[in-house]
Amino acid sequence: MIFESLAEKLQNTFKKLRGHGRLSAEDVNAAMRDIRMALLEADVNFKVVKSFVAKIKERAIGANILESLTPAQAVIKIVNEELTELMGGTVSRINIAANPPTIIMMVGLQGAGKTTSVGKLGTMLKKQGKHPLFVAADVYRPAAVKQLQVIGKQLDIPVFSMAEGSNPVTIAEKSLEHAHSHANDVVIIDTAGRLHINEELMQELKFIKDNVHPHEILLVVDAMTGQDAVNVAESFNADLGLDGVVLTKMDGDARGGAALSVKAVTGCPIKFVGTGEKLDALEPFYPDRMASRILDMGDVLSLIEKAQETFDADEAKKMEKALRKNQFTLDDFLNQMQQVKKLGSLDKILGMLPGMGGLKKKLGDVDMDLKNNKELAHIEAIIKAMTPAERSNTNIINGSRRKRIAAGSGTRVQDINKLLKQFAEMKKMMKKMTGAKGKKGLKGFPKGMQNMKFPF
Amino acid sequence: MGFFNKLKSSLTKTRKSFTEKIEQLVIGYADINEECLDELEEILISADVGVHTTMKLMDDVRAGIKKKEINSPQDLQPFLIKRIGEILSTGEDKACIAQTGPTVLLVIGVNGVGKTTTIGKLAKYYKNKNKSVILAAADTFRAAAIDQLQIWGNRANADVIAHTEGADPAAVVFDALKAAISRKADILIIDTAGRLHTKANLMDELNKIYRVIKREIPDAPHETLLILDATTGQNAIHQAELFTKAAPISGVILTKLDGTAKGGVVIGIKEQLAMPVKWIGVGEGEDDLQPFDAEDFATALFEK
Repeated sequence: MIFESLAEKLQNTFKKLRGHGRLSAEDVNAAMRDIRMALLEADVNFKVVKSFVAKIKERAIGANILESLTPAQAVIKIVNEELTELMGGTVSRINIAANPPTIIMMVGLQGAGKTTSVGKLGTMLKKQGKHPLFVAADVYRPAAVKQLQVIGKQLDIPVFSMAEGSNPVTIAEKSLEHAHSHANDVVIIDTAGRLHINEELMQELKFIKDNVHPHEILLVVDAMTGQDAVNVAESFNADLGLDGVVLTKMDGDARGGAALSVKAVTGCPIKFVGTGEKLDALEPFYPDRMASRILDMGDVLSLIEKAQETFDADEAKKMEKALRKNQFTLDDFLNQMQQVKKLGSLDKILGMLPGMGGLKKKLGDVDMDLKNNKELAHIEAIIKAMTPAERSNTNIINGSRRKRIAAGSGTRVQDINKLLKQFAEMKKMMKKMTGAKGKKGLKGFPKGMQNMKFPF
Repeated sequence: MGFFNKLKSSLTKTRKSFTEKIEQLVIGYADINEECLDELEEILISADVGVHTTMKLMDDVRAGIKKKEINSPQDLQPFLIKRIGEILSTGEDKACIAQTGPTVLLVIGVNGVGKTTTIGKLAKYYKNKNKSVILAAADTFRAAAIDQLQIWGNRANADVIAHTEGADPAAVVFDALKAAISRKADILIIDTAGRLHTKANLMDELNKIYRVIKREIPDAPHETLLILDATTGQNAIHQAELFTKAAPISGVILTKLDGTAKGGVVIGIKEQLAMPVKWIGVGEGEDDLQPFDAEDFATALFEK
């Protein structure tokens, strides 16, 4: 990777700002450049980036930083929310006409994936109980008609085509008659790929539109498209008035900034995404997933949310107090453990963090399921077998008490010794930590967690 | 219309949005200040040069200002022409031709970049040079891909070696290699199925094809050409990085360069990948494939 992820960049930018309760104008300015670059790197059009960043800036300055978030995370959260908002709601439905047939027209540049998308839409509609008809109106590319015919045959969906040399407008018109007489309630017209600056071919699309009055005109856009996506979408929308977008080749590793550009300039929803070569690989569009993909954040965002939910602020405060007074007890420890367990498996947490895939592999056999971790379960059992007095003051746990606890928790005395020793060490370490970092040291448990070693 | 004029006309859009903006920039600012440089940066990025390469060019510009090579906004354009020209002409090499036996060209790329069309154009190009050409239909996956290649074969009057849809592409390649050798063909062009670089199994399949070629003709493929769609953004870099692991790329063919504002992607590709761009597709006609020439390209990009 040539570029570090936005999350890392922002962490670096914000390193010196730790502890601020509110984002200042300077903080935000420093972060905006990183955000701008990340979006450009994801192929979001630069004009779209410009207005987007301006909007973020306005919102971010003065925003409160939630207890459990670092400033970087707070900014990412805002960026993500705005991105999701801009990408719009989920409208993954086709406008079905009151009087059948519903006419869908697929348009786009060469190689965007129109014909394949026609097949995928057909699969979807057929599953919904419709009787689609494919129309082969791409008379230019060699064997394009054949390609649609092969797909139609695979799906058992009829394909309307005419002799070579026929006019696409005529083909589209005649296909409607065919649909009427064959009781097809959906007609999907596959048009030839064309450049948006090719006036003659764009005119042809307008003619088709004027003659068959489609209920849906869908622009098929390759998710890998660069800065030019804006020009393409603008032209097609101006000439035809688009109803929706199909984003293809999302199974690759393109960040898909084109989605944002297209949405921003046309305002029409992204209805579906193509996610594979198979003819059923068409999925609804989820703005939030797309947002985190563009930001390249893995699911760091859901981690932020999760951390926010799990570590409630009160608990954190209580613990901080206890730590500062050096009153950290086994009860607190148990509490803490349970909070961590709420996060689920370590595995999953690692998976949510970008760039952690490799680490996950390296860890291999290590038991990372926090919920079902044996050691954690043992520790829990041991602590639960203690009296409240023992939990708050480990010094009173003598030999006979140890024996009792071991019996009560189904462990051995050695295990009790081990735990007590490690707890003592941990306490010492924590004292050092709180001492060194002063008041704010442990605020927001996740931060502290990086330095904290579990006693196993 | 000669090649140069054609290139020029197909790049008119690029020049308009690129050169004109730079000119406006020169007029708009009396001195070079941060605002002026920011705008320059934006111009580069909007031409799909890519963030990485743009940053490099901007560093160069800043260094140039320090060294007093750039003293006013007027100096920016010639400075950039020179610098971009340098990037474009690194790693230049001519098409490789086999000493004896058929020259094997392996054509690879993601879905929808224009592999089959480009092969049709390549076949025509070599036919025009009186070479005998055989095409191998190793895209056995996509519906009607074989038919598409056969139509191009007919147009160019080149033999097409094909199996049926769903056949093992490596077997098609094997047969095509045998045919090319026994028929004493000059050129064998292998069409492969479009595949996303992230699909490990498909990359393995490609690697198998590559190994079959190597086994039959040790110095082949003489060219492994990655087809890139000029409208593709930064993902092009990833594509090249991963494809070259499965089949070492000897050159890039940039297609669909007749659209809007996008000549800049070439600069990014050359600067980051150091892979020579060998051909560019500038139109839909059979003759619209041209050998890439860095100097012509840079000049056409900036010429008024």
